[in-house]
Amino acid sequence: MQIDQEKVVEPTQYKSEVRNLNFYYGEFNALKNIDMVLHDKKITALIGPSGCGKSTFLRCFNRMHDLYPGNRYEGEIILYPDDVNILASNVDPIEVRMRISMVFQKPNPFPKSIYENVAYGLRVRGIKQRAILDERVEVALRNSALWDEVKDRQHDLAFNLSGGQQQRLCIARALATDPEILLFDEPTSALDPIATASIEELITDLKSKVTILIVTHNMQQAARVSDYTAYMYLGELIEFNVTDTIFIKPKNKQTEDYITGRFG
Amino acid sequence: MKSVNNLEEIRKIIGRHKRWDLIFMIAGIFALMIAVLTFMALFAHMLFDGMPRLSWDFFTSFPSRRPESAGILSAWVGTTLVMLVTAVSAVPLGIGSGIYLEEYAPKNLITEIIEINVTNLAGVPSIIYGLLALGLFVYQLGFGQSILAAGLALALLILPVVIVATREAIRSIPVTIREGAYALGATKWQTVSDHLLPYSSAGILTGIIIGLARAIGETAPIITIGALTFIAFLPPSPVKNEFPYVSFEWLTAPFTVMPIQMFNWVSRPEEAFQLNAAAAGLVLVVMTLAMNGLAIYLRYRMRKNIKW
Repeated sequence: MQIDQEKVVEPTQYKSEVRNLNFYYGEFNALKNIDMVLHDKKITALIGPSGCGKSTFLRCFNRMHDLYPGNRYEGEIILYPDDVNILASNVDPIEVRMRISMVFQKPNPFPKSIYENVAYGLRVRGIKQRAILDERVEVALRNSALWDEVKDRQHDLAFNLSGGQQQRLCIARALATDPEILLFDEPTSALDPIATASIEELITDLKSKVTILIVTHNMQQAARVSDYTAYMYLGELIEFNVTDTIFIKPKNKQTEDYITGRFG
Repeated sequence: MKSVNNLEEIRKIIGRHKRWDLIFMIAGIFALMIAVLTFMALFAHMLFDGMPRLSWDFFTSFPSRRPESAGILSAWVGTTLVMLVTAVSAVPLGIGSGIYLEEYAPKNLITEIIEINVTNLAGVPSIIYGLLALGLFVYQLGFGQSILAAGLALALLILPVVIVATREAIRSIPVTIREGAYALGATKWQTVSDHLLPYSSAGILTGIIIGLARAIGETAPIITIGALTFIAFLPPSPVKNEFPYVSFEWLTAPFTVMPIQMFNWVSRPEEAFQLNAAAAGLVLVVMTLAMNGLAIYLRYRMRKNIKW
């Protein structure tokens, strides 16, 4: 696929490269021959109508499909700098999930304290020393703009937070383990406009630290936060380019129809 | 003028439809009252008959040929010890099976057959379990007509209940919580032990207690394996004065349980023994209700922090 490197976005290294990816739910071919790249420390948005496969695509990156029987990947998702194909059958999905974190559609904090939520990923990695946990929990909470609101009640239940705070907690939980890529699956679809704005701001801020792939059904959101945008339809990648190009002068008629609201 | 007519028409129709609400409500209350009042009548009858017999002596006396000095000491001790064996064996087996089926088992035909069978086992008549226990535990494994054999028989009986409760409780955890744990790189066991088990413990515990409450009143399998109806001694104490201080001799002791003691008394011709049976029944019902109450309380307590 031809990828324009326009002046608005300076050329970057690739963090990941998707090569001829096909994905099957049983017999159903949900993703068809997808080729795409993720630019390092950039935000890439996946847009498209419901059922187009954008969430399915996102969940390939942390091998979430391995949790359920009958799912099958074909093709490659190469993770740089070590050139490993994270879809290969000899790569442990748990190892992939330790490198690539995910934030879900609905805030899904564990019914534990705020602190334990953020610390969980670290505990899974065998970190036990209180001092290290304390420090990394604080850093993660600061990076997700939640520290000032919760620093005095880290041992309160996470459920006592508001919806937007819970989602930022989930971002902190995903950040605490220093992931290489952070996946967002429609992270604001369950939130009100004010909480949405704060999450969007946070995502933009996180770009300096981590490569981001975000699924959104909200085109304004894609336009606001992302550097690159991919438009998907019926399991195919229709167009992938710099976000401004996609939104201002898309090359594909289908993309244009969707962007302008004539379709979808 | 026309619109007013229409409005009256609509009100009439609504009134007619609402009559069905009323009719169904009355029928529903009636149906409910049949169940509640029947139970209350039975309980009241037992209360009036049995209450005068309830005294400290009733709990601390062995059965006797003289009804006024007969008690339920061997019965309630027997029931307690049998329940202990049942709980200790059914709980780990049931929870383990439930977790395996829900979280580890490959989704294939064999798993499906096992799943269907586990559910069906809950409906097998309890006397069948008694026969199985008689053949397997009493004779084959040589446990004899003991507390151990009875406890294991009842454990088999409630195992499906515990397995199903465990699976239901795990399944009621939202999929996003499971995925959240896996997405952080947790293994299956980490997900189970850090999340699924703690969050489903209320449901599992409820299942265990409901199962035990069922087992405590079971008579058929216990009779089948040969519990004695007249026991005037206690099993050996589990605590000893000399090393190693604990003893498991009580496991192989002959025993009786509450329902069998009741059955024994009911089948006597003397009126006074009927009163003893009512008193023992009262104790049994209170034990069952207390267990159910405990289940409800624990459920409430443990779910306080969980909102889904």
